[in-house]
Amino acid sequence: MRYSALKVLMEGLRGNTGWKPVWRDPDPQPEYDYIIVGGGGHGLATAHYLAKIYKRSRIAVLEKGWIGSGNVGRNTTIIRSNYLLDGNEPLYEFSLKLWEGLEQDLNYNAMVSQRGILNLCHSDGQRDAFRRRGNAMILNGADAELLDQDQVREMVPFLDFKNARFPIKGGLLQRRGGTVRHDAVAWGYARSADSHGVDILQNCEVTGFKIEKGLVKGVETSRGYIGAKKVGVAVAGSSSRVMAMAGLRLPIESHVLQAFVSEGLKPLIPGVITFGAGHFYISQSDKGGLVFGGDIDGYNSYAQRGNLPVVEDVLEGGMALMPMIGRARLLRMWGGLMDMSMDGSPFIDHTPIEGLYFNGGWCYGGFKATPASGYVFAHLLATDMPHETATALRLDRFRSGAMIDEKGAGAQPNLH
Amino acid sequence: MIINHPLLGPRDAQEFVYLGDANLIDRPDPSSSTALDDFHDYLYLRDNPAGSHRELWFHEQGDRSWLVVTRDTTTHEITHVELASEYAKRQGRDR
Repeated sequence: MRYSALKVLMEGLRGNTGWKPVWRDPDPQPEYDYIIVGGGGHGLATAHYLAKIYKRSRIAVLEKGWIGSGNVGRNTTIIRSNYLLDGNEPLYEFSLKLWEGLEQDLNYNAMVSQRGILNLCHSDGQRDAFRRRGNAMILNGADAELLDQDQVREMVPFLDFKNARFPIKGGLLQRRGGTVRHDAVAWGYARSADSHGVDILQNCEVTGFKIEKGLVKGVETSRGYIGAKKVGVAVAGSSSRVMAMAGLRLPIESHVLQAFVSEGLKPLIPGVITFGAGHFYISQSDKGGLVFGGDIDGYNSYAQRGNLPVVEDVLEGGMALMPMIGRARLLRMWGGLMDMSMDGSPFIDHTPIEGLYFNGGWCYGGFKATPASGYVFAHLLATDMPHETATALRLDRFRSGAMIDEKGAGAQPNLH
Repeated sequence: MIINHPLLGPRDAQEFVYLGDANLIDRPDPSSSTALDDFHDYLYLRDNPAGSHRELWFHEQGDRSWLVVTRDTTTHEITHVELASEYAKRQGRDR
C-alpha cells in the first residue's frame, strides 16, 4: 500500500477503515541467507538497503522486544554531519544525504526537518577549531557557515551572550542539519523492508550463536534455532552482551546518557543549539516540548536510567545558556544505553568469525548515522568489502593504531 | 548513588571519579613476549557485563583513595566496597 494525499483523503471519507498493518508478523523460517540481529533503526535500515539496493533475498531481522523499542526510540532525534576527521565525515555526510531523500525512498513521512544545527563557541581558540572543522566539512561535500556574534544574536537573541564564564563569541552553523521523528524512522524502514520480503521477527531474542570451525552457521533464539549464511549484529547499547555469546570481547563500555523533555511551549527555538562547553544541547519538537540533554553519567550502566548529579549538571548548563527556560516545567526524563567505544567512533566491520559481522560502538551519536549505517552495513554483508565511506571503522584499529579520535572522548577521555 | 567508603562511611558518588573495570589493576608484564597483545587487551578490551561489575572509583573530592566498588550495572545497587590497595594485595600484588 502506497501512501499519498489522495489515499489519506479517500480513507477519511471511508471512516479510516481501510488501513492495514504495514508489516507482517511471520514465523521464523528454518534458514535465511542473511540474519540481522537487532530491530532498531540500524538493523531495519540494513535490511531495507540489503533488499532494495543490493537485491538480496531471504533476509530476517531478529528483535528481542518490539521493533524500535531500544535506542531509536530513546534519542533526541538530531541529524547532522559536522565531523572533522576523514574516517568519520564522509560517512555522516553520506547519511545526511540519505536523510534528505529518505521520505521519498521509503514513501513514509519521517518528518525530516532541516532546521539547522548551531554549535556555539566561546573563545578565539574554539573559533579557530570550528573554522577548521567547517572547512573539513565543506571539503567532504557538507555545508558549514562560521557565524560571528552578531549573526548568532540575530538568529537566537534569547541566549545569554554575556555569560561570565562562557560568553558567546560565535558559532558553527550547519543549515542542513536538523531533527527527524525518530519512531517514524524505525517504522518507515520496517515497512519498506517488509514490502521487499524481509521477515521481521519480533519477540525473538538471540540466546547464542552456532559457530563451527570459525564459521557462523546460525543463531539460537527464544523462538528456536535459525540457520544463516551470514549474520550481522547491530545492537548498539548491548553489543558487548551479544558479541560475548560469540566469544568476543569488544573495545566498548555501556554507559547511560540521559535526555529530557519539557512541557509543550509555543515555537521558541528555531533549530538545534549545542553548548558544548556547558555540556548542554537543545531543540524543540514539533509538539512544542523542549528536547535537551548533556553528557553521559560516566559509569558502566545497563539500567536505562541515570542519576541526579547529571540531571543537575544538564539543567545548570541550560540555565547558563538560556535563563528563560527556568520557568518551563520538566515533563519527563529517561536514559538510553550507549555503546561507548574507546576512541568515540563506531565500528562496522568483519569479526574474526567468518560470516559474522558487527555494527556498533556508536557512542551517543548513532541516530544521525542510521541511514548510512544501514547502507554501508548492507554493503559489507552483501559484498564482503567495506563501503567507501566506512573503510576506517575497523574493529582492530586499536591494535593497528589507526584510531579515529574525533573529540578524544570515548568512554573515558584519557584512553588514547 | 551512595558509596559506602570503608574509612569515611557513606559518601555521594558525585565526590568520586570513575575509571572503569577493576581488572585495570592487573597491569600486564611489559617484558613478556606477548606484551603487545597483552597491553592492547588491557587498555582497550572490556568485559562490560550486565550485572555485577567490579570497578575502580577515585575519591577525588575526599581522601583521594582508590576504591574497588562492586555494583550491579542493571540496577546501580552497590553490594561491596573496599580499598583498592587491599584488593590488589589479595590479588598477589605487594602494594
